[in-house]
Order: sequence, then C-alpha cells, then structure tokens
Amino acid sequence: MSKSRDALIDPLFSNNPIALQVLGICSALAVTTQMNTALVMSAAVVFVLLFSNLFVSMLRNQIPTSIRIIVQLTIIASLVIVVDQVLKAYLFGISKQLSVFVGLIITNCIIMGRAEAYAMQNPPGLSMIDGLGNGLGYAVILSGTAVLRELFGSGSLFGVRLLALQSEGGWYIPNGLMVLSPGAFFIIGFFIWAIRTWKPEQVEQD
Amino acid sequence: MQGSVGYNLGFAAAVCLICAVVVSSAAVVLADRQDRNALLDKQKNVLVALGLATDDESLDAAEVARRFEAIDQVVIDLATGDPDEGVDAATFDQRAAAMDPDRSRPAPPNAASVASLPTHALVYEVRDDAGALERVVLPVEGLGLWGMLYGFVALEGDLQTIRGLTFYEHKETPGLGGEVDNPRWKALWPGREAFDEQREPVIRVVKGPAGPVDQAPHAVDGLSGATMTSRGVTNLLQFWLGEEGYGPYLDRLRGEG
Repeated sequence: MSKSRDALIDPLFSNNPIALQVLGICSALAVTTQMNTALVMSAAVVFVLLFSNLFVSMLRNQIPTSIRIIVQLTIIASLVIVVDQVLKAYLFGISKQLSVFVGLIITNCIIMGRAEAYAMQNPPGLSMIDGLGNGLGYAVILSGTAVLRELFGSGSLFGVRLLALQSEGGWYIPNGLMVLSPGAFFIIGFFIWAIRTWKPEQVEQD
Repeated sequence: MQGSVGYNLGFAAAVCLICAVVVSSAAVVLADRQDRNALLDKQKNVLVALGLATDDESLDAAEVARRFEAIDQVVIDLATGDPDEGVDAATFDQRAAAMDPDRSRPAPPNAASVASLPTHALVYEVRDDAGALERVVLPVEGLGLWGMLYGFVALEGDLQTIRGLTFYEHKETPGLGGEVDNPRWKALWPGREAFDEQREPVIRVVKGPAGPVDQAPHAVDGLSGATMTSRGVTNLLQFWLGEEGYGPYLDRLRGEG
C-alpha cells in the first residue's frame, strides 16, 4: 500500500520530474505564460503519462528488449496524437495557443523516462499511479510558474484582470520579463532553490 | 518464440496496427468538430482583419454569424474582377477550388510560390447604407519558411489604406516566424498604405524597425529571427494585391467610387 502511496506522492516534491530531474523544461517554459494553457498542457501530460505507463506496463513481459524503445515511442506518439485531436475538436483556441507543444509531448523526457525506468519493471496498477504522480509533479511546477508569470506579466489569472494595468488607467506596470521564456527559467530556478532548501537531501555534492 | 526475429517483427506489426486503428478512429470521429472549429476560426480571422473582433475574444458560432451580418460575401471572377452570381458564396471554398484543375489555372511564376490560381475568389465587402464601400477583405496565401501562410488582408474603402492583416493557418516556427500571429505585430499594419502613386503594390516587411505610419507608410517592422517569413509576407501581399491577384477586382471597385 505504501509503495503505491510513494509512487503517487514522491514525484510531487521529493522526486519532482522538473525540479529534481530537470526534465520537460522545454514545454514548461513555453506554455506557462497563462494559467489556461498551463493547465490544459498539464492535463494532456497527465493523460499521456497515465496511459503510456499503463500500456507499456501491460506489455512489459512481451516487448522484445531489442525494440522496446521504439515500441514505447509508438504507444506514446499515438496517445499524444489522440490528445492533440481531442484538443482541436473541443478546445480549439487553447490548442492553437499550445501549437507544437502538444505534439512535442512525444519527446518529453518525463514520459519516455517513466516508461523505461518504471513501467517496464512494475505492474500496471502501480505504473498508472506512478504516471499520475509524475504528471501531477509536472502540473504542480507548471501551475506554480504560470500563476506567477500570468499575474506579474499580464496582471491577470485565467484571463481575468486582477491588477489594474497602467496602460488601462490602473497602477500596475506589467513585468515584461515574466512573459518571456527567461522569466520561466528564473521562476523554476527559484522553485528548485526553495524545494532544495526544504529538502536538503536533494542538494548535489560537488 | 520470444527473442526471435519473427517474434520481433510480429510484435512490432501488432503494435503498429493497434496504434494506427486508435489514431485513425480518433481522427475520423473528431473530424466534423475540427472542421467546424477551423471554419469558425477562419471567419473570426475575417472579423479580426476588419477590426470587428479582437484576437483574445472567444466567439461562438452564433456571435460570429451575428457579426457577419454586416458583411457581404461576394464570389468574384478573379481574372475580370466581376462578381459571379453563378457561384454560391455560402459554400464556395477558395482553397478547394485552387486545388481543382477544372476551377483553377496554373499561376504565373511568382515570388509567393502560389502554384495555381482559382478562377473565382471569395471576398468580403462591408458597405454603408448607401452602398458605398467601407472595407474589403481579401484572402491571401503564400510561402513562408516551412509552408504556406493562409490569411486575410483588409483594406479601407479608399482601397489604399490597410485595415488589418491576419493569418489563420501557417507552419512557421513558434516564437520566430510564428509571431505573424502576434497581436502586437499585427497592430503595426492598420494605417499603412498598400500601393504607390502608380497603383503598384509596394507594401513590404522590412528588416528591423520601420518607424511610425507617417514616416514609413509602405513598410512594416520585420520579425526578428524570421527573415524568410517576413519576406514571404511581403511576397504574398505584393502578389495578391497585384495584377495576377485581386488587381482587376480592385480596379473595378475604384471605378465604382
């Protein structure tokens, strides 16, 4: 029981795929200027991780070792295409904003990493929980980054104006760095710093 | 036998087959909704080019239809510029027509890499109560860096001043050429002038900043890191506003005034 709890809880902070393993950074920079895109992207990654881990784990004893990576990739790619199609059908506006980044989930190291490192060795149930955990770990960092970027970069959250912008007669001057990709680097850097201060065992020895 | 070549091949084939079935069923089942979304998005782009909607507004089908009431959709004969009542504007698909050999002709060599010209085109006219032209929207397309850009250019009733430019479909690099979507870049277009005194289309995207409208009426800032896309936008505008494109139609409209 505790093993499945660990699989779910560990990736949130103790073994966060972005903050500790520093995987999946590309999309984390690209889609976090707004909460809407960050949450939809997180949901897409959670979905793909859940099912790629499930299917890879179900097939783990059948997959020939020599072609296992390409088999995993085929499964992941199919799931990503399905997600992309669904977004285009039901969330067209957001799917346009996410543009290539949904397709790029295929190359997101978190997903390949979990398939290869976890689902190939563990039963389907546990693998799904691990997928969910890692997906949520990704989502936690993305939403945290997006809250700060959208609030300080555009003065709004979920597109709703919270800080009155100076350009519209208010008092707040938006921080331009926040809407640019480097802004995300700084924020993720601060998150990593905060998590490592809280959990010193993550600090690498040099 | 696990580990044998036959087993590996069989396994790979089975995985591919199952994945292919899943992917294609998703594509088929969702195609209708996606097509409707794409059409709606295209219509929204017409509204954005006209200044009747903004980029971050989300409009449903009813709202788009309501704002479209002010707009006349007219099918014109591209070569003569005259309206052709024989073609139903509501169902006419210009891009499909350009692909159909019976409804298109090979385009003359052009910098915009337009391969074939449809015989007819769908333009959008906004007229006041007296019937005088207020604005017109023209569909444009042309090669960027990675693929064709599809969009709309809107002109004011003087057929000289640009009202807006939007692209609803392109394959440019996000963050570089993909910035053709950026509302801040698009905001540079209104007020620029499309033609010179000889009525040659001279509007172009220049390298670096172009300056305000009164100093550089025929130029627009280039997109950083996207020389090919910027050049593509210049080429497609100059082609479609020229003689081979909507030239005859624009001449006819000028004659009206």
